[in-house]
Amino acid sequence: MTDSPRPQRPHSVYFFGTCLIDLFYPDAGMAGMELLRREGLKVVFPQKQTCCGQPARNNGYQDEARAVARLQLDAFPGDWPIVVPSGSCAGMMKTHYPELFEGDPDHARAVAFSKRVFELTQFLVEVLDVRLVDRGEPVTITWHGSCHSQREMGVVDQPKALLRQLTNVTLVENPREAECCGFGGTFSVKQPEISAAMVTDKVASIEATGATQVVSGDCGCLMNIGGAIEKAAKRLRPRHIAEFLLERCHGR
Amino acid sequence: MAAEAKKSDFGGKAHVALNDPKLRANFRRAMDGLMAKRAIQFADPDEWKSLRARGAANRARALARLPELLEQLDARCTANGIQVHWAETTEEANAIVLGILMKAGAKRVIKGKSMVTEEMHLNAHLEAHGITAVESDLGEYIIQLAGEAPSHIVMPCIHKNKGEIAELFAEKIEGQVYTENVDELTAAARKALRGCFADADAGISGVNFAIAETGTLVLIENEGNGRLSTTLPPLHIAVTGIEKVLEKLDDVAPLLSLLPRSATGQPITTYVNMISSPRKPGEKDGPQAVHLVLLDSGRSRVYGDTELGDTLRCIRCAACMNHCPVYTRVGGHTYTFTYPGPIGKILTPQIEGLDCAGDQPHASTLCRACADVCPVEIPIPDILVRLRTEAVRPSATAGVKGGGSGRSAAETLGWAGWKTMYASPLVYGLATWAMGLVGNLMPDSLPMLKQWTSVRTKPKFAAKSLHQLAREKGFSDE
Repeated sequence: MTDSPRPQRPHSVYFFGTCLIDLFYPDAGMAGMELLRREGLKVVFPQKQTCCGQPARNNGYQDEARAVARLQLDAFPGDWPIVVPSGSCAGMMKTHYPELFEGDPDHARAVAFSKRVFELTQFLVEVLDVRLVDRGEPVTITWHGSCHSQREMGVVDQPKALLRQLTNVTLVENPREAECCGFGGTFSVKQPEISAAMVTDKVASIEATGATQVVSGDCGCLMNIGGAIEKAAKRLRPRHIAEFLLERCHGR
Repeated sequence: MAAEAKKSDFGGKAHVALNDPKLRANFRRAMDGLMAKRAIQFADPDEWKSLRARGAANRARALARLPELLEQLDARCTANGIQVHWAETTEEANAIVLGILMKAGAKRVIKGKSMVTEEMHLNAHLEAHGITAVESDLGEYIIQLAGEAPSHIVMPCIHKNKGEIAELFAEKIEGQVYTENVDELTAAARKALRGCFADADAGISGVNFAIAETGTLVLIENEGNGRLSTTLPPLHIAVTGIEKVLEKLDDVAPLLSLLPRSATGQPITTYVNMISSPRKPGEKDGPQAVHLVLLDSGRSRVYGDTELGDTLRCIRCAACMNHCPVYTRVGGHTYTFTYPGPIGKILTPQIEGLDCAGDQPHASTLCRACADVCPVEIPIPDILVRLRTEAVRPSATAGVKGGGSGRSAAETLGWAGWKTMYASPLVYGLATWAMGLVGNLMPDSLPMLKQWTSVRTKPKFAAKSLHQLAREKGFSDE
């Protein structure tokens, strides 16, 4: 969280890829790792990792969530920071692991683990203090902040600070940026009509900014918003911030 | 709450609300306005943080000693001349109120705004026994004319725009011609209500805070109708849930600031009424008799669990619903029961039972907008998850009504399968490899994909997983 002192710049970091990125958006994950590697860090991707356990936890299946979370505790044994290209998964591991393991023999391990968790942009800004050089063509974008990134991780300004470093990128604020896109995991299929109304409104608010790309730090939101954009055949491109930043730095 | 067995049908009612463009526009406009006004009130984050911490602490401290504070409240009120009644159920509370009115020979009642009496369906109960109760809060008056239930706990008729209210008044108020002029509409209601205040045999009100130390009933409002209802008629009956108690008068200060600023973005309310006794000898006004009805209605069961008990801190400001992206789109009537929005989603299943309202804790994206603005720090999203858990695997201690009623063999099996896949690196590796090969062949018509693809395209499985790419690009495993 932002109120803790700035951690020392480590020589190595762990990367937790998230299950959505693993299956659907691996390029976003690779970009996240590359952003860290080009800062001179050794990036470790434990092959044992799977999912943070949030889907089961949010649906009330705590035992199942704990079993999956325990595997992550095992998969990241060192004391390096764990960088996560998702505010939602990071929020699960940072704020909910301690309570998930309440009364469990692994509680202390879960608490220690949670303290090492960083959302990617938070890590880039708060720990690495990165400086980006924009090599891309002029483009107008808008930012979508995920709910858990904003309200569990306290990550609001960090991604925008990175985007503002890019000289050829015009960032247009969406007045409804803080509002949920309607994904909510199983919510999207348990209350499909409400979810559909929310994402339709979200896409309309993004479109109204005049941006040609919508950048976000969470693939759950991007799957929802991007899917709605594609279905409605809108001329808007959904992007994960890691991919976007890396691309700009490479001038593509 | 209700005598009749009701069941939540969130999806079904949401379908109707979502397809009503006027309703959606009314809510969106109103909630946007309320959010903007609140944001101005709490522009200083440090002031918000410290005030909120004080408000939350005062409520938490009172709840920690709730049983003894209720005893103290009873004793202090009694000493002050206020007659105290305890009701375990809404039926009991209705019977108590009816009994008091009948004993006094009261036929006409004027009411200040009270969500607890909505929870009791008091008006219908009195009506059935030949007693007319007229709502005097403008919003409540409007929905009473329309024969509807409140759709918001602070602004009960927020679902209606002025055109709809103009039509209603022209139809229901004698001599009223159609006008959308807000001042004229308010004047029409005021004129109609004047006579009701003057003629009332009794006034009924809610309570915002009940102070145990002094036996004081605090009632805040904007229209003066609350003061008239509690001072003009010879008899005043205040009805409250047992959780509204505060330890001492000082405790009310931060809450008097937090409540209106959170609710409507007003710095203060127009009226703060503090009622501590009936009319004393030599005094010229005030009711001759004051009664306080303390209603439990499932609250003591909520109180029994440390985490769930935080639900009772609520001061009914409605900030959670004003900021809720779900409530904003479906409106208050979608929630079936008295309390809508995020607070309703945690309160209703606990009072009515998860078997009656088990769909409500799931009708949330857990976006935490509610938790962010709650002036007494109720962790609503965490309680939602807790209730989802109680619905499938009830804890031995909590005893949430209807616990376990959400269990289904299919879902249990689904999550067991999920665990098998994600708790084993080997199974996970095989499964992701297989999905990369054939996942994209899944037809849109599959159960969950069908809902998803109603407004979105199907997510596309990548040919190579991140695990695989990381290996190929030489990222270390340890």
